[in-house]
Amino acid sequence: SEQKTIRFIITRQDTADSTPYDEEFEIPYRPNLNVISALMEIRRNPVNVKGEKTTPVTWDMNCLEEVCGACSMVINGKPRQSCTALIDQLEQPIRLKPMKTFPVVRDLQVDRSRMFDSLKKVKAWIPIDGTYDLGPGPRMPEKRRQWAYELSKCMTCGVCLEACPNVNSKSKFMGPAPMSQVRLFNAHPTGAMNKSERLEALMDEGGLADCGNSQNCVQSCPKGIPLTTSIAALNRDTNLQAFRNFFGSDRV
Amino acid sequence: MSGNREFYFRRLHSLLGVIPVGIFLIQHLVVNQFAARGAEAFNSAAHFMDSLPFRYALEIFIIFLPLIYHAVYGVYIAFTAKNNAGQYSYMRNWLFVLQRVTGIITLIFVSWHVWETRIAAQMGAEVNFDMMANILSSPAMLGFYIVGVLSTIFHFSNGLWSFAVTWGITVTPRSQRISTYVTLIIFVALSYVGLKAIFAFV
Repeated sequence: SEQKTIRFIITRQDTADSTPYDEEFEIPYRPNLNVISALMEIRRNPVNVKGEKTTPVTWDMNCLEEVCGACSMVINGKPRQSCTALIDQLEQPIRLKPMKTFPVVRDLQVDRSRMFDSLKKVKAWIPIDGTYDLGPGPRMPEKRRQWAYELSKCMTCGVCLEACPNVNSKSKFMGPAPMSQVRLFNAHPTGAMNKSERLEALMDEGGLADCGNSQNCVQSCPKGIPLTTSIAALNRDTNLQAFRNFFGSDRV
Repeated sequence: MSGNREFYFRRLHSLLGVIPVGIFLIQHLVVNQFAARGAEAFNSAAHFMDSLPFRYALEIFIIFLPLIYHAVYGVYIAFTAKNNAGQYSYMRNWLFVLQRVTGIITLIFVSWHVWETRIAAQMGAEVNFDMMANILSSPAMLGFYIVGVLSTIFHFSNGLWSFAVTWGITVTPRSQRISTYVTLIIFVALSYVGLKAIFAFV
């Protein structure tokens, strides 16, 4: 009988500057494969559908359990993690493309540095270092800790930036992920001590004002982070900050 | 703040779209309703608007300057988006695209409308019922006005939704969903008002 196979159309790119091209692959079917194990199968024997020997497909991966964000790629038109993309649930031929919002390194591997640069820009951390022991910080109510935990699930995977129509080469918009991190760190009782610095970073170039409310981010986030709620909450916070900055306030 | 004013420009753009431009739109649509009461009622209403004290100051500061700012900055916003509703066909993403498309249509329509009425009036034409009846007697212009008015009202109604988000009024998904329904009702209601006035001239 005819053997069941899995067919892939993969957008490949040999170097960061070269022209992308599509290459098709076919591998024997096995149940319960994910996209990564299928890519490993191609890597084991890199022969395309025409029977030509080719280079193995390059991609990024790390944790294999959807918490690191490294293996994100566009699978059948939607950006998602390839580790949790199960072949049995995908329509064939399976189309794999890199997330073109980011610079492509090679094939499906992209450079997400811009996201980490944005986290630095918005100061997405809590400064606690000093020259002496500062002692324990204020307590965080358990209810708020549980609420903040949802925001802390962000793995900087880049899916929300890929889905956002306002993150593109014509715009400097940082995208939804770093915005939501500002909300997370501003919600922390110690982090709140530097609230205005983060809000002012959001009011700068590529910040909150570039959001166009398409709300693709919240639809696409693999971790279900309420990104648009964060953006709206930060709209309120930055407006109040702008008033304080202009009219003056003791709440610096 | 390191000299970047985009946040303030964008907030000003959002504010001006509603106050005063949106308020003016509602006022304009309402005054147009006099057409439904006949040519004479419309002409006296038009005359009343014409003869408002400080008319030029009102026009410049309440209509033209805010409108021009909103239009120019809006075109910049529209062309910095890379629309992707084909790939991500969620309702809000379609409304995002439509907001930009109707913005451009509205700009074209309003420019034409100002040319044909306000600029014409400056050059001696009289703005009255006959002028509009004359314009709308051409089926092409009638179609253009229907599309233009609906696009303007859509842009205003959907813009109210994002106004509420931009100013931090609607934060929760639930409040945003309800404001979608509210702005939809505003769109339907103002469309009725707008179209009723257009057909009063036909």
